Amino acid sequence: MSSTFTPSRRTVLSAGAIAAFAAALAPRLAFADEKMVADEIKKLYGDKKIDAGKIKLDVPQIAENGLVVPITVDVESPMTDADFVKAVHVFADGNPQPGVVSYTFTPDCGKASASTRMRLAQTQNVVCIAEMSNGALYTAKAEVKVTIGGCGG
Amino acid sequence: MANPTPRVRVPAQAKKGEIIEIKTLISHEMESGQRKDSAGKTIPRQIINAFTAAFNGKQVFAATWHSAISANPYQSFFFKAQDSGEFKFAWKDDNGSEYTSTSKLTVA
Repeated sequence: MSSTFTPSRRTVLSAGAIAAFAAALAPRLAFADEKMVADEIKKLYGDKKIDAGKIKLDVPQIAENGLVVPITVDVESPMTDADFVKAVHVFADGNPQPGVVSYTFTPDCGKASASTRMRLAQTQNVVCIAEMSNGALYTAKAEVKVTIGGCGG
Repeated sequence: MANPTPRVRVPAQAKKGEIIEIKTLISHEMESGQRKDSAGKTIPRQIINAFTAAFNGKQVFAATWHSAISANPYQSFFFKAQDSGEFKFAWKDDNGSEYTSTSKLTVA
């Protein structure tokens, strides 16, 4: 073999394979991040002050299956006509899209609590924002470690 | 895909002022729009994007679901029983269809 580099059939093929692999990988890298979650929150509430507390965000610390991760959001409130939780938004900062769920509560609920199941593509933070009837905002955050991602493929 | 079938669990009776838990489940694939088929083409998103619960015609709870909600979406929430009446639950699909279910509640 000569010492000058002439691309053999094998090197051409492997280069192609690497490019194809990178292309296949690229959409997987298009995940949301903390900034996108912050932007989503900004879109909803602008630069309003957000306090910690009042919210109990119940998610598993370790989720074996990212396709089905139970989540319960429980906001402390008397749920009367004068003082109730208006809305709760849940975001995930490592999914392809940051939005998970948004709830609208009314005083008729009696209790600002709701459970569902979500998909998490990878280990990430789940962020929750609660809007009270007087406009006050509260937030809570929890990390979920995901063993098997929930984004199919 | 089979027609989505809603399943709802509401206590048949409640005391006045009692806070009851309502559990709902609907069979749906919740296609996220992220998956690809065997030919490498993206499968278009088709999820149920909204769930609402109304009691005697008045909305009491609503949820907006994004593609991060699992297949066969489950949703539970609470309701303060005051009067007897009927719940109407509705699920809105990306394709425009709406699935509904009703349950009666008797307040003693």
